[in-house]
Amino acid sequence: MAEDGKDDSVATDDDSDQTAADGSLNNTMVEEGSTLLRRMEICVAEAEKRSGKNAVSMQETFTVYLIETRPMDAVADGRNPAPDSLWRRYSEFELLRNYLIVTYPYIVAPPLPEKRAEFVWHKLSADNMDPDFVERRRVGLENFLLRVASHPVLSNDKILYHFLTEENGWKEVVYETGFQAKADSRLRALSATFRVRNPDKRFMEMKHYSDELQSHTSQLLRARARVADRLYGVYKVHGNYGRVFSEWSAIEKEMGDGLQSAGHHMDAYAASIDDILEEEEHYADQLKEYLSYAEALRAVCRKHELAQFELEMASQDLISKKQQREELATGIVRTFSFKGMTNKLFGQEAPEQREAKLKLLEELITEGEETVKEKTVECEEHVERAWVDMQRFKEQKDKDLREALINYAVMQISMCKKGIQVWSNAKECFLKM
Amino acid sequence: MSVGAPRGLASSGQKPITEILHPLSAAEETLSSGPDVTVNVGGDQESGLTNGTPVETSSPASASLLFNRLQLDDDSEADARDPYASTETRDLFVTVDDPKKHVSTMETYITYRVSTKTTRIEFDLPEYCVRRRYQDFDWLRIKLEDSQPTHLIPPLPEKFVMKGVVDRFSEEFVETRMKALDKFLKRVADHPVLSFNPHLNAFLSAKDLNKRQGLALLTKVGESVKHVAGGYKLRARPPEFCAMGEYLDTFTQKLGTIDRIAQRILKEQSEYLTELREYGTVYSSWAGSEEELRRPLEGVAGCVTTCCGALEDMSENMSQDFLPVLREYVLYIESMKNVLRKRDQSQAEYEGRLEAAILRKQEDRTPMPVEVEKCQDKVECFNADLKADWERWQSNKRQDFKQLLTGMADKNINHYEKCQAAWESLITLLQEKQTEDKTSETN
Repeated sequence: MAEDGKDDSVATDDDSDQTAADGSLNNTMVEEGSTLLRRMEICVAEAEKRSGKNAVSMQETFTVYLIETRPMDAVADGRNPAPDSLWRRYSEFELLRNYLIVTYPYIVAPPLPEKRAEFVWHKLSADNMDPDFVERRRVGLENFLLRVASHPVLSNDKILYHFLTEENGWKEVVYETGFQAKADSRLRALSATFRVRNPDKRFMEMKHYSDELQSHTSQLLRARARVADRLYGVYKVHGNYGRVFSEWSAIEKEMGDGLQSAGHHMDAYAASIDDILEEEEHYADQLKEYLSYAEALRAVCRKHELAQFELEMASQDLISKKQQREELATGIVRTFSFKGMTNKLFGQEAPEQREAKLKLLEELITEGEETVKEKTVECEEHVERAWVDMQRFKEQKDKDLREALINYAVMQISMCKKGIQVWSNAKECFLKM
Repeated sequence: MSVGAPRGLASSGQKPITEILHPLSAAEETLSSGPDVTVNVGGDQESGLTNGTPVETSSPASASLLFNRLQLDDDSEADARDPYASTETRDLFVTVDDPKKHVSTMETYITYRVSTKTTRIEFDLPEYCVRRRYQDFDWLRIKLEDSQPTHLIPPLPEKFVMKGVVDRFSEEFVETRMKALDKFLKRVADHPVLSFNPHLNAFLSAKDLNKRQGLALLTKVGESVKHVAGGYKLRARPPEFCAMGEYLDTFTQKLGTIDRIAQRILKEQSEYLTELREYGTVYSSWAGSEEELRRPLEGVAGCVTTCCGALEDMSENMSQDFLPVLREYVLYIESMKNVLRKRDQSQAEYEGRLEAAILRKQEDRTPMPVEVEKCQDKVECFNADLKADWERWQSNKRQDFKQLLTGMADKNINHYEKCQAAWESLITLLQEKQTEDKTSETN
């Protein structure tokens, strides 16, 4: 069982020591103030297939992932206790994330690995049960947990803690928070986008940026998949050389051996592309993460629009009510209104009615003032916190993507080296012909 | 190793040309001269210089020639493995280069400069420089085929080019054709028998190649070899020639397959290149919306562009150097097959005449007619020539393909090296920036 936060001091300060099972943890993710990850080592160790009955009592097969946790101070001390573990399905991760999004609308929520295989080049399986897909998903889920557990705000969440430590009954606890009721309706959010008058300029810029990020990462993913397809073709056709050299060597005397061996190298060349492209999927996954992150960023901006819009609406409402009160009290109509017109045409109401109306208005105005206060606070808080997190996100993104690009270059170099090796071997064989 | 044993070339003076030349080739009539007489095989000695005089010389001479040849063959076996031993004693160097377009009222065509350097006395001057067009090469080849029917003549690049499809005047086409013509001429010049052919001499040295010149010289032997009576059927082809035929058939097939594979690779590479270019532009456009990431993204875009360039170069090379050589060998094989067929015909003729003669002998006791003996000589000479040329061809083929395939490997290695260098310099750049950032952070 993981310990509580009082042992922070025991945790190592050198963040680079903490590595996840696949080494995906890097400096970006562990930051000042991140508490959970300092206390607890987390990893998604395995994946397994299960069968069971689903909500409509139909038999289904699904994959579960093993989450292992260990207290960090035990690790630091050199003790090696057995980790606590529990199994979770992808849908539970989704539930956790939805909860976090609703509960912390000012945080750019770390994304989950893709639900379905997308941007697939033709040889890659689009099947969710494919072992390579499952493996990449495992890595993605671990990545998600590490990001959440190292986030200065999200890592403190109790539901998150439960998710990692209590296998049974977690779902009920989540639903009990009632987060689903707090979720904004899509329609409301959309209408706010169009009708808001004074959104924070920085947020509008950020929203525009998120559109750009999404567009570019998805373009890049598509182009990369097409390139992978074509490269696959080029390599595989070379395999035909292997066969023909072998056949040719059969009719040759001195040239035979050299040709035959060279043919083998051509076969090796053709086969090498499979591993090369499989490795490149890791790069694609990193791009996909930021494709999803773009959407999360946009969500934070839209939340601002919504909050701002609601504030504007509340203010507007308050103003108009105050105006109505004034009109009623003084009898002077400042603004044109049909009510005013009909009043003029059909005469004003009786004094008792006016009294009643005024009283109601006063109540409404008091309420309205409360509402405006609340909304103002909401809006300001959101702006403040969101801005902080968006800055954090920006730095993280720059670092992560730069790392990703460097790793991509490393992969390319490795591919070139392999190519040189194979062709040098073939050349030696040709020279012996 | 063919007849032209390395030691026996004219320049060395050890063995006169006469003893080496094929009885069917030039300077036949000077056979009776002594060993020290060198013969001017140049084009101006018209009198009695018929290229490929019919085998009317006396049998003893031809028999002794045969004997000499066989001896030479035995001696030269040691050199069979190293066909280029003769390069040290080479005395005829030819080059084809400098293509130029000529526009006349009737037509537009390309000429090439043909340069010759030689110490052979058959040539009046040590150096020549003439301009020739494809037609002239074609003429030369036909002349060689006619006058040396028992020898394998190297192929020329394709004669006809579809006007709409291929641009006859494009740089690539001209370059490719020129290389093939150069190769053709070099192969002829390296051949111990063909290189002494007077038509080659004329081709290399005459200011204006009067192609009608050849007509008068159209050999009777050429005719006599062509004159194979239709009715003769081959009894039994010696196994070594069967093996040659089979080899050539299979080899043609394999070359065809390799050609198709190479073309397919080019196609795949071209499609890959298209996608790769697009891929690079996506990085560039993304860089536009980023600040910190702009340099890295542009860097990647740059690397991708470099790789595109490297790939383009390699593809172009393969298309210009690799494929034409393959196709040329297919033509070469066709020539070889032709020679094999002619050999078959010549043997068939001999067998036919022999049979007829034997029948007559049985009837009226006439001695074996001279024609039959001549036929026998012809066949045996043909066989010997062919075997010699075959060995030479096999050697050359081995060298040519070794060169071709190592060239292909080199191009690929070169391509990867360029790409690797680009990516490595990008990493250096990016990591420099990283340490810059880190130091500025801690400051």
